[in-house]
Amino acid sequence: MSGLVLVQQIASVALIVVGVVFLLGGTVGLIRLPDLYCRAHAVGKCDSAGAGSLLLGLMLHGGLAVDDLRILVLVLLILLSSPTTAHALARAAHNTRPASGLPGREGQR
Amino acid sequence: MITLLWAVATLLLVMSAACLWRADVGPTIQDRILAGNVVGTKTLVVLVLLAVIGGHAFLMDVAIVYGLLNFVITIAATRLIETGRLGGETPS
Repeated sequence: MSGLVLVQQIASVALIVVGVVFLLGGTVGLIRLPDLYCRAHAVGKCDSAGAGSLLLGLMLHGGLAVDDLRILVLVLLILLSSPTTAHALARAAHNTRPASGLPGREGQR
Repeated sequence: MITLLWAVATLLLVMSAACLWRADVGPTIQDRILAGNVVGTKTLVVLVLLAVIGGHAFLMDVAIVYGLLNFVITIAATRLIETGRLGGETPS
């Protein structure tokens, strides 16, 4: 195994492990945090960072190939869609406030 | 290396099951949508893992379509909750 392949494998495993740790953090945040704003905050960041890092690790895993372009498209899609989704959900909860039962800016608990 | 990828896929499925608990008990409808969105993202990653493990390149196309559908469905449901309708201009 040449040096370059070794560096590539180590980087791939490191990115995959970092991605799993971020996704685990996002899951714990989704389950444990007290209201929707906190949960959207945890999920919007940990999901994009975790899935993006894991997919980049998978891209490095097999060497360079045509399939890597599709994984790159997926990474860009996740980086765009996950924070947008979290923001849209939090805004919907904030704009339908009496029905959603969440505090607004003036109603801090 | 393949063992690591299988372990990651299994762990992601366990985490998806944990997210389904939030989708069950979540007090507001937005909590349920958020949990479903997280499950969708993890499913996408598991599909790419299966594509890399087994060498099935078509599973990556399935993952791309899955991600796009996940995004569009979530945004549409959010808009339906917020404004009560799906088309037209947002009332200001």
